[in-house]
Amino acid sequence: MSYTQITIHDHTSESNLFARRAFFAFLFVVLLMLVLLTNLYHLQVSRHEMYQTRSNDNRISVRPIAPNRGLIFDRNGVLLAENRPTFSLEVVPEKTGNLAPMLSRLAEVINLSVEQQEKFIDGAKRQRRFKSLTLKDNLDEAEVAKFSVHQHRFPGVSIEARLTRFYPYGEALTHTLGYVGKINKKELKAIDADGSSANYAATYDIGKLGLERKYETELHGKVGYREVEINSRGRILRTLKIEPPVPGNDLILSLDIDLQKTAQQALAGERGAIVAIAPSTGEVLAMYSNPSYDPNLFVHGISSKDYRPLIQSLDRPLINRTTQGRYPPASTVKPLMALLGLESGLVSEHTKIHDPGFFQIPNVKRKYRDWKKWGHGSVDLAKSVYQSCDIYYYDLSYRLGIDKISDFMTQFGFGEKTGIDIYEETDAIMPSRGWKRAQHNQPWYAGDTISVGIGQGYWTVTPMQLAFSTATLVNKGQIHPPHLVTRQKRPLALESPDTEEALTSAGFEYIDTLDPDLPPIVLKDEANWQIILNAMHETVYNPRGTAHKVFKGAEYDAAAKTGTAQVIGIAEDETYDEKSISERHRDNAMFIGYAPFDKPEIVVAIAVENGGHGGETAGPVARKILDKYFSNKEKYIANAN
Amino acid sequence: MPTENAKKTIWLRLHIDLPLFIGLLVLMCLGLVVQYSASGENLQVVLKQMVHLGIATSGMLFLAQISPMNYRRWSVHFFIVGVGLLVAVLLVGHVGKGAQRWLNLGVIRFQPSEVMKLVVPMTIAWYLSRYHMPPKFKHIVIGFALVLVPTLLIAKQPDLGTSILIASSGFFAIFLSGMSWPLLFSMAAMAPVAGWILWSFYMHEYQKQRVLTFLNPETDPLGSGYHIIQSKIAIGSGGLQGKGWLHGTQSQLEFIPERHTDFIFSVFSEEFGLLGVVVLLSIYLFIIARGLFIAVKAQETYGKLLGGAIIMTFFVYIFVNIGMVSGLLPVVGVPLPMVSYGGTSMVTLMAGFGVLMSIGTHKRLLAHGG
Repeated sequence: MSYTQITIHDHTSESNLFARRAFFAFLFVVLLMLVLLTNLYHLQVSRHEMYQTRSNDNRISVRPIAPNRGLIFDRNGVLLAENRPTFSLEVVPEKTGNLAPMLSRLAEVINLSVEQQEKFIDGAKRQRRFKSLTLKDNLDEAEVAKFSVHQHRFPGVSIEARLTRFYPYGEALTHTLGYVGKINKKELKAIDADGSSANYAATYDIGKLGLERKYETELHGKVGYREVEINSRGRILRTLKIEPPVPGNDLILSLDIDLQKTAQQALAGERGAIVAIAPSTGEVLAMYSNPSYDPNLFVHGISSKDYRPLIQSLDRPLINRTTQGRYPPASTVKPLMALLGLESGLVSEHTKIHDPGFFQIPNVKRKYRDWKKWGHGSVDLAKSVYQSCDIYYYDLSYRLGIDKISDFMTQFGFGEKTGIDIYEETDAIMPSRGWKRAQHNQPWYAGDTISVGIGQGYWTVTPMQLAFSTATLVNKGQIHPPHLVTRQKRPLALESPDTEEALTSAGFEYIDTLDPDLPPIVLKDEANWQIILNAMHETVYNPRGTAHKVFKGAEYDAAAKTGTAQVIGIAEDETYDEKSISERHRDNAMFIGYAPFDKPEIVVAIAVENGGHGGETAGPVARKILDKYFSNKEKYIANAN
Repeated sequence: MPTENAKKTIWLRLHIDLPLFIGLLVLMCLGLVVQYSASGENLQVVLKQMVHLGIATSGMLFLAQISPMNYRRWSVHFFIVGVGLLVAVLLVGHVGKGAQRWLNLGVIRFQPSEVMKLVVPMTIAWYLSRYHMPPKFKHIVIGFALVLVPTLLIAKQPDLGTSILIASSGFFAIFLSGMSWPLLFSMAAMAPVAGWILWSFYMHEYQKQRVLTFLNPETDPLGSGYHIIQSKIAIGSGGLQGKGWLHGTQSQLEFIPERHTDFIFSVFSEEFGLLGVVVLLSIYLFIIARGLFIAVKAQETYGKLLGGAIIMTFFVYIFVNIGMVSGLLPVVGVPLPMVSYGGTSMVTLMAGFGVLMSIGTHKRLLAHGG
């Protein structure tokens, strides 16, 4: 009995003990639940906004859309630079599984060298997660078709189409249009520095040369954006918002592709340059430098196999001879020298000198010889131009002195960039006392002036400068600097775009390139202009004129001046091959001309390296250009406005 | 006492504790709703989970029919077999998800550690109920030793989550038996010292790294910290009212890892907000209160200790799971009870409730002065 009683007693106290403990346990539960709730309150209420933002950052990805690069047209609307779809193989490494075996399987379908595979694997390691990487660029149609058949075997690998530049006229326009190429590190830095990195977020290519480089900003356009919702694996689920890109401006050039091709043909096999401009506006009708090369090679990254010959060639195809070639102008400067003579009053239209075949500075023994050994006899101003008498200009320049010559010629743009709208341009050299002191640390000698008098010595010009100065001459002092782009066609951004397609319906506006309206060159006697132009005219129509043969039978009335320059070489560091010395030491042929004589529409300037006499080599080239121009001149006038 | 007998409802005859059962059913339904969203509106997953629930509920009803006396009788046998199986798992077990947990018994694969979640509290309850409460120091020590053996065996698999659950089930049985407060506090005081010894002398570098990542997940945003960051973003972005059912971007766009199993609470709180969380915790609190009430009302010490340990273990599930997905505790792999997807944990949990209902519904009249 007593045992039972004890048990009962114990049972009650044990029950109470347990109930107390259960109560404590319940308190413990409530307390910890409050801890959980406090923490959740902190997350969901106090810091809700921060987590809300991070949640949106997670799911919303802003993808840039590259704007279409502006097109380039010639003056008649012929497409010179276009955008073509090209195909590239893109890989998201996280989606493909093990890269190496995948790539070797892929190599069975698409031509992929072991080197390319290794390079890609190496590069993939350093990329962000789920970023699409280009494995191979510029696939041809066969490769695209072949991959498409096998695509199911390669998850994470896809073909992407994008637009890349194509230059249908290839070599004919390389130095003028330039080309685009992949953005390199230096350019990337520059883009970052000027704050346009966002605008280039989807852009692969950038203008590297010529107009493509000069008008990079205008051609590029404005990047667009697509706001997409992505899942944790980076897959796009839907588009939330689109801001379409605004394509770059189209450029409309003053160039005529037919005249350009004529220039290309006329210089075939030669080293040299042709510039044709409309003197009344400065519009460049043609500018061609030979030899040239295919710009399309550079668009997808030129191989070293293709690049090596270009940089090693003695013919230096990479140089734009129209604006970077420095040639002694030789006798092509005689009309301007004569004009200066008239202006300074040292000679008149009728002043005659006797040309014994040489010239001597008073009290100096050295004889400066004429190109014609026995001299031209009695020479007046007109004859000094059409016969290209050196003695007349030795004498004249000696009497003028370098200061007057230098000042006067600088007004015509010598020794300065013409400002044509490409970056590849040199100042060339208009020598002066100051220049020689700075460059050679030597005083100016009278003998230096004698050489300058016939466009030799230190004086060098670019064909573009030659054309520009000739244009100023035929304009009788009106200055219209040369330019290529006459007008830009700018697409207007839509106010509230709904779809990408809607952009095509947006309007355009035209931006015309304005003439800088420079003050003209004013002569003391404006009649002097015509005296010089008449002399250049005589060079063509006088049977003894140096360009008479050149324009025989032409249907238009031309005026011209020839030049033959002793070679100095176009670049400082050129090394001559033993065998080529003789050929490369031949004289350069120079030529300037314009037509029609009474109302000039076109000015040409030509340089043919080692071409011999200007009238014989460069002249026929000029003839071809002018013939082409006048065979179809309506189109130049019709489009002039 | 005929009136008492008449009051015996149909539920009591079926050995079902109605309030507890209703609480569990509500929780299950809620779980299925979240499951549908977390699985990306995959009805297959929901149907499978319903099958799990059916099996688990049947198991619960079956276990509820067995008298607690029988559990008590067999406790120690279960324990010996269970520990033997745990050793067997370590020797010949199957590796799943990087840990040895499974024994292949031909037809079914079997996780002895799951069974131990019930067997350990049963064993402690059996051992301590043999003596008077409060237990003597010696009995407490032996009790802890009994807990420690299976806990270490499971931790070695390694399955940290389960070993924590088993350790706490044993601990709560000992606590509820009346272990003295001074002893409890001195043990609590020793914990930091033990932690320091563990950190300095026993932990591998990678384990220390894990702890550090847990303390500051943002230091490793793309590695192991990634999951916990995404989970916190999900919970935090849910705000007060939530983004709405099926509209949680973190869950629907698969930023949440293991979103229909261990991290389902993140999905729930992203879509239903803090208000939803309060509702969920209230249901849990109700179940726990009811479970403790059953334990208090139990006639036998064995039933009290076992019932209390089961329901407190249920709470440990909740606390560890919510704590880990919200960044309070390291990620150890404990499911959210009745809501997370998975058959095994569901069956184990419902088995526990089956035993609890057995304790609550098998009552004998005490012989007063008999």
